[in-house]
Amino acid sequence: MADALATITRVEGLGMIALRADLARAGDAIAEATGLALPAATSITTDGSRSLGWMSPDELLLILPGAELAEAQQALNQALTGEHALIADVSDARAVFDLVGAHAADALAKLAPVDFAALPADGLRRTRAAQTAAAIWRIDGGYRVIGFRSTGDYLATVLNNAALAGTTLAAR
Amino acid sequence: MSRTAPFRLAQGGRLIDRAFQVPFRFDGRHLRGLQGDTLASALLANGQAMMGRSFKYHRPRGAVASGAEEPNALFGLGQGGRFEPNQRATTTSLLPGMVLRSQNCWPSLDADIGAINNWLSPMLPAGFYYKTFIHPRPFWKHVFEPIIRRSAGLGKAPTDADPDRYEQAYAFADLVVVGGGVAGLEAARDAAADGKQVIVLEQNPVWGGRTPVDHDGGEAVVEALLTDLRSRKNVTLRRNTMATGLYDHGYLIAREALADHDPNQGIPRQRLWRIRAGHVITATGALERPLSFACNDVPGVMLASAVRDFIVNYGVAPGKRIVVVTNNDDAYRTALIAQKAGLEVVAVVDARPTADGELPQAVRALNIPVKTGSAIYKVKGGRNVDGVALCKQAGDPHVTETLDCDVVAMSGGWSPVVHLWSHCGGKLNWDEAEAMFRPNPERPPLGADGQGNVTAVGAANGDLRAAGDLESREQPTMPVWVMPQNASYKQRSKMWLDYQNDVKVSDVELAAREGYASVEHTKRYTTLGMATDQGKVSNINGLAILSKSLNQPIPATGTTTFRPPYTPLTLATIAADARGDAFQPLRKTPMHTWHEKNGVSWEPVGHWRRAYCYPQAGEDRHAAVNREILAVRRGVGTLDASTLGKIVVKGPDAGKFLDMLYTNVMSSLPVGKCRYGLMCSENGFLMDDGVVVRLTEDSWLCHTTTGGAERIHGHMEDWLQCEWWDWKVYTANLTEQYAQIAVAGPKARDLIQKIGTDIDLSQEALPFMAWAEGTIAGVTARIFRISFSGELSYEIAVPANRGLEIWEKLHEAGREFGITPYGTEAMHVMRAEKGYIMIGDETDGTIIPQDLGLGWAISKKKADYLGKRAQSRSHMTDKSRWQLVGLESLDGRVIPDGALAIDQGTNANGQKKTQGRVTSSYYSPTLDRPIAMALVRHGPDRMGQELEFPMPSGEVLKARITDPVFYDKEGSRLNG
Amino acid sequence: MLILTCPYCGVKAEETELAPGGEAHLKRVGPEGDDQQFEGYLFARKNPKGVHFERWRHAYGCGKWFLAARDTNTLQVFGTYKAQTPYPTDEIVAEIQKSRPDWKPDWSAAE
Repeated sequence: MADALATITRVEGLGMIALRADLARAGDAIAEATGLALPAATSITTDGSRSLGWMSPDELLLILPGAELAEAQQALNQALTGEHALIADVSDARAVFDLVGAHAADALAKLAPVDFAALPADGLRRTRAAQTAAAIWRIDGGYRVIGFRSTGDYLATVLNNAALAGTTLAAR
Repeated sequence: MSRTAPFRLAQGGRLIDRAFQVPFRFDGRHLRGLQGDTLASALLANGQAMMGRSFKYHRPRGAVASGAEEPNALFGLGQGGRFEPNQRATTTSLLPGMVLRSQNCWPSLDADIGAINNWLSPMLPAGFYYKTFIHPRPFWKHVFEPIIRRSAGLGKAPTDADPDRYEQAYAFADLVVVGGGVAGLEAARDAAADGKQVIVLEQNPVWGGRTPVDHDGGEAVVEALLTDLRSRKNVTLRRNTMATGLYDHGYLIAREALADHDPNQGIPRQRLWRIRAGHVITATGALERPLSFACNDVPGVMLASAVRDFIVNYGVAPGKRIVVVTNNDDAYRTALIAQKAGLEVVAVVDARPTADGELPQAVRALNIPVKTGSAIYKVKGGRNVDGVALCKQAGDPHVTETLDCDVVAMSGGWSPVVHLWSHCGGKLNWDEAEAMFRPNPERPPLGADGQGNVTAVGAANGDLRAAGDLESREQPTMPVWVMPQNASYKQRSKMWLDYQNDVKVSDVELAAREGYASVEHTKRYTTLGMATDQGKVSNINGLAILSKSLNQPIPATGTTTFRPPYTPLTLATIAADARGDAFQPLRKTPMHTWHEKNGVSWEPVGHWRRAYCYPQAGEDRHAAVNREILAVRRGVGTLDASTLGKIVVKGPDAGKFLDMLYTNVMSSLPVGKCRYGLMCSENGFLMDDGVVVRLTEDSWLCHTTTGGAERIHGHMEDWLQCEWWDWKVYTANLTEQYAQIAVAGPKARDLIQKIGTDIDLSQEALPFMAWAEGTIAGVTARIFRISFSGELSYEIAVPANRGLEIWEKLHEAGREFGITPYGTEAMHVMRAEKGYIMIGDETDGTIIPQDLGLGWAISKKKADYLGKRAQSRSHMTDKSRWQLVGLESLDGRVIPDGALAIDQGTNANGQKKTQGRVTSSYYSPTLDRPIAMALVRHGPDRMGQELEFPMPSGEVLKARITDPVFYDKEGSRLNG
Repeated sequence: MLILTCPYCGVKAEETELAPGGEAHLKRVGPEGDDQQFEGYLFARKNPKGVHFERWRHAYGCGKWFLAARDTNTLQVFGTYKAQTPYPTDEIVAEIQKSRPDWKPDWSAAE
């Protein structure tokens, strides 16, 4: 029997900080505090274990190892002192999955109304996966999908169904 | 067992593999076909021309066509959960072990009792039911409808759940070509050469459309095109994929058969494609039209193209002696192909006065008689064609001669398949020369840019000679809508237009006579084109008859609306993966598994699952709820409140913003304090409520109802983005970041202290409506001293990942206090005992806070808030609006939720007038009596008065108006 | 199923990623408004067969509300623009008039 389209792993232990601010004004301070380049619209910048994703014109998502969360939050608080900004720990509010495998894009094509072939290498796409909100970007050998904690089990179910062995989208 | 089926030709059959026999069962008989057969070709090879009975008259019917347009050859296919009715024999590939059942006949296809309707057919004209079953009125419900229902419906609905899997997928392309015939493949090649991303969809398992059958050398042309396309990386060729509908902005839906009727493959049976196409080319070909002559429905009367398809593609002879009847040159191909296959072609009957094109000449050269100006007077036979009686097409019809034959191959010309073109607004032109509707290139379907986004090519565009160099020179078609031209009424009442729904020429004529001048009305009156084939072979013939009856040209009649899907889609394909666990997202709290392990009875709240109660052994839900309430009131209980919305609002203008959103003042709330707030829509109506917490100088935490979190967050963003965009406010919906646990009851403080906290829980340090931050059992936490139960109560918020741990620690430590988990119903009852309102119970979208005695939560000082203007309208300030009160049942019975209190007199409809309505009603275990909340006209001024609530049973419940606060009115318990 | 391009993030979103929000460019009437003004604000809605301005939210995307000018009959989209725009922009008007030369704005751009 053929293999699943992708290996799906639930990623635990990530720290995540939602950041809302005027990125034109506070962008440099955020970049310095996070140690990452400010992402352009609909993209994500990554350096080692840290990533900074563009979520909206005034919102970023910082993703980093859980152990670095408190320090990063403090650094951001400090960097944005006096700035109108909102910094919130959202580590526990998310469910994160990695899809790795040659046909990971086929599995995603069954869930999201998105042309993943056209997603740039550093692209971050917020969309829906079946009936739940998701943000999706490329990782080594596949994609990372972030959804909400409460629907994490649902997201796991639809991802696994979409990756069922023998169901690549290649013409037959 | 390798006996050749009687109607399998010794040679030929480009799609079959004679080395592999395929056993199957048909109505209990064991038959064999060959690999590559369709169900129809396999049955024909076995001499089974009769494949079903018609819907209304139960007349014997055989396959008319060879493709998706087939109206007759429909079977119940499969067994158990995989049984499916109305499976089209002409497009279903034969697989080993298939089980086919004929439909619409009882006890059997051969001996069908319903066939008596055929003899009664003169009494069953169009509109029969509408006319007959009107009087006497009561008979419809009790006599007519049950009988009609039993005999209605084609095929049987499956009774078991479909065990197969289905899936869906999105795709994107610059160009989607629908149809893999020569016209489509050429269009794909040209676009691919221009560098476009191209998807080609073909409904059949094989490519090439009609060309390989109709033209010598056709197969080679198709192969060359396919070789070219397969070498291109920017082309996807997808077979077995039916484009079923075209929608707005190039949205194309298609169904790919992956493992149809073949569950052993272990993959989804079908895949629904949702394709976004920059441009669509419809190369969907054309459908041949039947001719309307008497008894054109006898098994063995087939479309001329279908006859040659069966011969060429499957090596099957639909019969041994063939009469071709036509109004065009194309059908002569059938004569040539049949003769070449060794079958006898008795004659070609051509309605046209002359036939001198290349094809008729070739037929004459084979000594096949060509009878021009001729028509079929009538087909002879019942379950099979025995012969045809001929007459002249023009003039007074009388039989000129009779021919023996077992197949009649008919062709009334071709109709382009314009369905996809029409689905999304493309218009049609009537082409008088070819007697067909074809796409009007001036008025195509439009894309988002306002430009045409669909192009029709080949036969789908009305170019019936799309095979280029392979085509022969043909003479024009002559429209023939009735054969012979002056057929008698008796003949016209045996000329079938819609085979599946048994609609005849005479039925359409009757509809026209009775005033159904609109083609859409005629369709519904006669049921023409309303069967599972949606009139693919019948519509043009039908509207031509209607036009003739109305004495108007065909374009004046127009077509009925073409609606998706082109061929039926099973509901399972549309649902795709969304069934079982994936039916819809189920939202789970961090303590979900604990509830499951502890015997929870769930309540769905939006997509959330919340604990309704936790019944113990021997308890029903009611008993469990009562036990939970008493446990909270006497000791301590915990409620999973994680589903409550938690939205942070922050910024220099956040206070000003919240003062606009809530009816009371939030900007003045001191840091460290909580305040209950109401939110109204601009229409003044209550939309949500909750406790607002002042976190810091510039940030607030707004709690919303469980169902309200996303909606209220969206509401906030709407006002911030679209109205007050210069206000400096950010919001974040942190609902899922926290697990929230209500710890309620006289022992709540003791319990939290026992598991350890650095927060001072004393009345002085943390009074009612205060909050504090610290740790609980070593976990960072916020504690809100708020209460929805009326007891001493703390709501603990911890990071969601630590929620289960804290919940378990509370339960471990709480044993000595008799700790009890309580659910939403206990919460509901306790809040009602306290007279607290519930959004969705006391409110229904038409209730303003003033109705609920919540005037104290509405600021009189504020110049403005959302809903303020609306609440000053005359109807909102009307003193006679129904107002919140409590109710005390007079006889100890619980008054049903929603019960209406009657008033004196009746309204214009003769119904009793009402003066109030029960909004919440429970048995209160705390008070050991029923309690209820209600909205009553002038209610608060009528304390002690009695109201009457008539029940459907006829009895009347009585209740006394009371204060809505039933328990601990002075609030000593929550201050405890 | 419509496709609209979110003017904030540039994503060509399909309808299932969006939430509709009704007519655009309504002017809020607060407590100072008289009954007639308030009724107009709350209830009077245009329902044209043709050019129309609508509110949409990129709900499954960046979360921003935006405005769209489209033809409710042909579904032609003339453009999308930011919600913080009191009236359709000159570019949008020009785009509409390119294919609807007779179409005239029904607002005065005084503000």
